[in-house]
Amino acid sequence: MDALLHALNGIPVLGLVFQFVEYFITSLPFTAHVAVQLAVPICLAALCGVMCERSGVVNIGLEGIMLTCAFTGWFAGAVVTGVLGPGTPTPIFGFTVPLLLALVAAILAGMLLSLLHAWLSISVRADQIISGAIINIAAIGLTGYMNTLLSTQTLAATSNFSALRIPAAVAGFPVVGWLINALFGQGPIGIATVLIVIIFQILLFRSRWGLRTRSVGEHPRAAETVGIDVIRLRYRNVVMSGALAALGGAYLSMEATNAFQAGMTQGRGFIGLAAMIVGRWTPVGAFGAALLFASSQAISQSISVSPPPGDLGTLLSHVPTQFFDALPYLITIVVLAGLIGRSIAPAADGRPYQRESAS
Amino acid sequence: MTSGFPATADAARAPVPKLEMRGITKRYPGVTANDHIDLDLQPGEIHALLGENGAGKTTLMNILYGLAVPDEGQILIDGTPVRIAGPSDAIARGIEMVHQHFMLIPVLSVAENVVLGAETMANPIFLDLREASRRIRKLAGKFGFELDPDAKVQSLSVGQQQRVEILKMLYRDAQILVLDEPTAVLTPSETEEIFVLLRNLAKDGRSIIFISHKLQEVLEIADRITVIRRGRVIGERIPAKTNAKELAELMVGRAVLLTIDRGQSHPTDVRLKVEGLRVRDDRGGEVVRGVDLEIRGGEILGIAGVAGNGQDELVEALVGLRKVASGRVSLAGRDVTGASPRTINEANVGYVPGDRQRFGLILPFPLTDNLVLTSYYKPPFAHGLIRDEGAILAAARDRIREYDVRTPSPLVPAQTLSGGNQQKLIVAREFVGDTTLLVLDQPTRGLDVGSIEFIHKRIIEKRNVGAAVLLVSAELDEVMELSDRIAVMYRGKLVAFLDGRTADKYQVGLLMATGEGGSGVADATGSAS
Repeated sequence: MDALLHALNGIPVLGLVFQFVEYFITSLPFTAHVAVQLAVPICLAALCGVMCERSGVVNIGLEGIMLTCAFTGWFAGAVVTGVLGPGTPTPIFGFTVPLLLALVAAILAGMLLSLLHAWLSISVRADQIISGAIINIAAIGLTGYMNTLLSTQTLAATSNFSALRIPAAVAGFPVVGWLINALFGQGPIGIATVLIVIIFQILLFRSRWGLRTRSVGEHPRAAETVGIDVIRLRYRNVVMSGALAALGGAYLSMEATNAFQAGMTQGRGFIGLAAMIVGRWTPVGAFGAALLFASSQAISQSISVSPPPGDLGTLLSHVPTQFFDALPYLITIVVLAGLIGRSIAPAADGRPYQRESAS
Repeated sequence: MTSGFPATADAARAPVPKLEMRGITKRYPGVTANDHIDLDLQPGEIHALLGENGAGKTTLMNILYGLAVPDEGQILIDGTPVRIAGPSDAIARGIEMVHQHFMLIPVLSVAENVVLGAETMANPIFLDLREASRRIRKLAGKFGFELDPDAKVQSLSVGQQQRVEILKMLYRDAQILVLDEPTAVLTPSETEEIFVLLRNLAKDGRSIIFISHKLQEVLEIADRITVIRRGRVIGERIPAKTNAKELAELMVGRAVLLTIDRGQSHPTDVRLKVEGLRVRDDRGGEVVRGVDLEIRGGEILGIAGVAGNGQDELVEALVGLRKVASGRVSLAGRDVTGASPRTINEANVGYVPGDRQRFGLILPFPLTDNLVLTSYYKPPFAHGLIRDEGAILAAARDRIREYDVRTPSPLVPAQTLSGGNQQKLIVAREFVGDTTLLVLDQPTRGLDVGSIEFIHKRIIEKRNVGAAVLLVSAELDEVMELSDRIAVMYRGKLVAFLDGRTADKYQVGLLMATGEGGSGVADATGSAS
């Protein structure tokens, strides 16, 4: 038996695989925690997408909504801090009055921008892809421009939400402890995301709202004939989904960091769309896909922080980090090509609904 | 007695109708869709509304269901005037409707579809699907059928889906049930079962409005028949005291040939020969699974089958629109397997596609261009690269006259025509000239009696001048009336070939539904006798 294993180890490729698995397990406490951190904004974007598309509205403006909210939250925080002073952060999560007001501002901004998208795609019946693209382009331009303007001003420094500390005794416990630390050793938005995923999943498949949302995304006429107000439900869902994307943006500028940088979403909105598709338009699936995407980046970070020893380390040091950044898109292409099961969009996704001429 | 209770005395003489529509008028720009229509519905009555497409039946029902607002008129339920501003108002008053196209969501379960809009709740947020399933089973049992509430609607047969639609109404305890052409997609035996169900519902005291343009069905199911033509009530009949001929005349406004005399066929040479044809659908599943058939000049082969059994793919493969997975197709002895649509078209094959608006016409184009879609590139319509507009227009005028296409001008866009005229336009393009083979996919789907009569006559004419005709239709009556031979398609195979003149409707229906039909299956090789 030993001889066999030894012989196997002699084959370079298999040896590398063994080394990688070993490295992966030893670095798991770190990568799992980082992966969840990286997954949070992607997941929130994906949840926003799920809520929109389940009710039949395509929203590719996620990226722009997140970016706008990241900016709004950070800027509102700085303004309120300037007026009210920084305030004392609470011991858990580091809540301050300016920070909470800023979060509200970010969420309102997200809902307002979504209202614009809702109006364009539901009432005006404009092309939803174009409406989303407009939001993206405008958000990148406007936030970048305002950020440049503000760079000459001195703004009050803001604090950010802080992560929950899981006691080392729990966090160090193999597997279960690592998981608890990964999922709940996060800031308030991070923890809220985990809860939102679960609640959203249950509501979507068990509640009246969920049933009506799904029906409106699949066959709006059928929904209308049983007395459901398709237009109103779509509006409500798109606007509510804006709050989710807003949380994703706020996470970037108020929880992961305490500053705004131009273009800081870095395509997370688009990866969120990919997570939505890979997760087959379900909240839990989207969360899983976001985790999958994030873990490729988490591993890349782990490798740069503490590279594995031996052959594997030398090999990985030659893999450009861009490879790991590109992995989410590669996975999405594979899924879209139908290699890992089919992912079928809601039937009325992206199609504006027009009531029969009830004049 | 005193004269203090005239209403009671009245009520004793004639019961208050469950529903009364008085003087309903609805005008759209240029047309009066409903012109002072009066209609009443008694408790426990099945009242048929008979009329051609565009006669105003659907408008009237949309008004009843709150999808359209009448310009004049009044709706009374149990003798009380009501205002119905939207479907939710109608539902609240116990009016429910089965629409012509199923209003079911395929990816949801039966129970989810049934409760949608009238959800049974466990608490203010969550559904109680278990209780809903229990009630669905109970309701189904009460009216004598079975249905698994947890099955996905997309896995059900069309007949079962129709039952889900009816269950939806019953679940809301509807007292007034409107069914808009409920049998259009059903096989004869499924229709029979739905009729039994409807009679049970009427016995239960519910009132039913049954919309149809199928005369035999109306005569069979209705207690009373109201005929509508061009937005007006033309007459009211009791089935026992009328017949199909009279109803058809009322409906169309002139004498109509209900069954066309197909005459004798004189088969000549083999025009289309198909051997072992296999074709895949868009998702890669094999939906035509080894079809062999032969059609000779001067005969009509009708393919009967429930929609979705591979007919569409078979037709598309024959005219070159779909890749052939394996097998051989030859036209008048020439192998055309995998040939392009143009090659096949130039071999004098006429093709009337099933979906005329998507595949038969370019809707925004004028009639002239639509009439030369298959021949615009060759003389006399083009000389080299230059179109001859004069020749195109002259030919268009001729064909519009010959095929009785009702249009203000040959230059209006095809989308401005009615469905019947659009279909005549396609027929005018495809039936012209010396035709080797005509491939007709649902040539009269959704058309009114007058247009159907016209197109059927033309099909027979083409057959009589020697064309081979392949007629695919989900409308069993059409296949039965026109075909010299009938093939039944079931799950991608032609399971039986029958003689068109002696085939029994119920046997064909059984073959359509199950692929098996007992005795009388004539010649299974598919060659003309």
